[in-house]
Amino acid sequence: MAVVFQRTAGLTDAETHYCPGCTHGIVHRLVGEVLVELGVLDRAIAVIPVGCATLAYDYFNCDVQQAAHGRAPAVATGIRRVLPDRVVFAYQGDGDLASIGTAEIVHAAHRSENITVIFINNAIYGMTGGQMAPTTLVGQKTTTSPLGRDPRLAGEPIRIAEMLAQIPGASFVERVACDSPPHVKAAKRVIRRAFETQLAGEGFALVEVLSTCPTNWGLEPVDALAWVRDHMIPYYPLGNLRDPKKDAAARGGVRPEE
Amino acid sequence: MAKGRVAFDRDLCKGCGLCVSVCPEHMLELDTATINRKGYHPAHVVEGREDDCIGCALCAVMCPDQVITVEKF
Amino acid sequence: MARVLMKGNEAVGAAAIAAGCRHYFGYPITPQSELLEYMSVHLPKVGGVFLQSESEVAAINMCYGAAGAGARVMTGSSSPGIALMQEGISYLAGAELPSVIVNIVRGGPGLGGIQPAQSDYHQSTRGGGDGDYKLLVYAPSTVQEMAELVALAFDKADEYRNPVMIVGDGMLGQIMEPVEIVERPPDPALPPKTWATTGTRDHPGSRSIINSLFLKPEVLEHHILDLFAKYERMREREVLVEEYRVEDADLVVVAYGTTARIVKSAIAALAAEGVRVGLIRPITLFPFPAESLRRLPDRVANLLVVEMSMGQMIDDVRIANEGRRTVHFLGRTGGMIPLPQVIADTVRHILAEHHAGDVPHVSVGDEKGGR
Repeated sequence: MAVVFQRTAGLTDAETHYCPGCTHGIVHRLVGEVLVELGVLDRAIAVIPVGCATLAYDYFNCDVQQAAHGRAPAVATGIRRVLPDRVVFAYQGDGDLASIGTAEIVHAAHRSENITVIFINNAIYGMTGGQMAPTTLVGQKTTTSPLGRDPRLAGEPIRIAEMLAQIPGASFVERVACDSPPHVKAAKRVIRRAFETQLAGEGFALVEVLSTCPTNWGLEPVDALAWVRDHMIPYYPLGNLRDPKKDAAARGGVRPEE
Repeated sequence: MAKGRVAFDRDLCKGCGLCVSVCPEHMLELDTATINRKGYHPAHVVEGREDDCIGCALCAVMCPDQVITVEKF
Repeated sequence: MARVLMKGNEAVGAAAIAAGCRHYFGYPITPQSELLEYMSVHLPKVGGVFLQSESEVAAINMCYGAAGAGARVMTGSSSPGIALMQEGISYLAGAELPSVIVNIVRGGPGLGGIQPAQSDYHQSTRGGGDGDYKLLVYAPSTVQEMAELVALAFDKADEYRNPVMIVGDGMLGQIMEPVEIVERPPDPALPPKTWATTGTRDHPGSRSIINSLFLKPEVLEHHILDLFAKYERMREREVLVEEYRVEDADLVVVAYGTTARIVKSAIAALAAEGVRVGLIRPITLFPFPAESLRRLPDRVANLLVVEMSMGQMIDDVRIANEGRRTVHFLGRTGGMIPLPQVIADTVRHILAEHHAGDVPHVSVGDEKGGR
């Protein structure tokens, strides 16, 4: 008999404040598990956002800095430049990263800051009560797009992973989802890869995680998983957009410093 | 003979039902006869189905609240 | 180190490095850019990190991260850039992180101008961002003093776990003066930064959390009361002021920074005529040297506040004065600089025409004696 699944030491024992079925909890767990499995939990520093994940300073079982709205990549930059041998990651939502924090994330990627960013895309502002996010899908009803997002008024939803993948310094960029066990297991492998990129000193790594917000979507938690599958993934395709291994292969297997 | 065993920390469960939805043996349900201290119907194994667990841990993979422990024999 | 001729902005950089600052994050803006340029050359030479950020907003948040990780960190800007940093400065104060912020003030509002001004007094001493908090604010009047206050600022930031601001102006940043930069490593009496987020391996069994969020109002109120107990200790211990010729003065001028130097020229000219004028020069803008005003001799019936603004420090003078003496004002703004002879004329006018309790004399702009 063997225990094949138990709580990770990467998270504290605190009960989370997240709504039932919110997949923030899954992503927290994946990050915690990866930090433990890579043996870096005791030299990890998390930077947490403003949004639903603000209280994650109670959840990640490592040192934590809480950042102003959208500024987590700048805060993580400051930490990274002081402590080059630590593991620094930012955990941000879509209001935080894709709206108010676009300058910080774009330039952190441009500098190829050696940090890992976990980007939660649930197509809505959760903490403030379900307003339209830059990632809200066309036609999706929110409290500030009551008739559904109108692209003539609000533009098309922003595809962060694709946008950042255009930046030379964005070493690792991949989009994953939390809607099914296979996708969650794949997400963990990708998050691990994103941290390995940092540990190898290969620069900026970002994982966009398609997540649910059952409360503000007005859906049962199980139906919210289906909504990710049926509506989000078609617009936000899963897959790797940048990986240092792939980039090295494309250059004939030779990295510039080699 | 059961291949696995699943246990729930019923006090922490928020009754979201994600585990129920992904169990390949359909042996989980929300316990509507119980309200836990958080005010939810916690997940549990359908009575009499304990031996059907195959220890796949898909329930735990989808649990947002880390309330599930899985053993495999 | 011998005395060398340096621009004020460069002296700030040299003093910071001599005080153990190894991290600088900043964004270009006139009239402060020489500090940024100096750091880009000299920090790498001592193994430090210079990073030009994408904005002032990012720069101050990089300072937050670096300060939270335990570093001696500095940023600098000028008025509109400082306005952009105010969010981050509020977070620094809320999370009790030591940082040194240099503001080489230019005229505003908006894009304003690039000439020297003192119109950021409110922005510096009234918090500036959201919430109940204070910065320790130093206002040097010479390049040498600016260098010394920069060194002091790092120790005080660490001692109080609070952001400290150096308020200069475009003149002080650009002027070249002889300056001696003294190596001043961190005060060995300062406690180790056990609160810094350096990874739990450095402090097993506990997690360091840098945070300014307190959702329970009773907890937030308690936090703010703790902050204000700290500011009260600053009021008791950290006031710096120059009192110049106040003992036998008939009138006392209150001015800081570059303006105080001009006032001294006026005082010298008046002294030659037998007119006795003193100067109170606040070196800390917060805590404000209120006691220096309160203990002036009774025969000083008139105070004259001179600022390169429409009158901002005058609020603190009035608060400290508590209505005892008549408070007059002379201001130039928008980058204009008051001339010594205009200050002297204003003093002569006040002494000839005004007695305690009269309506104060107010002069702003280029007309002498009124609007």
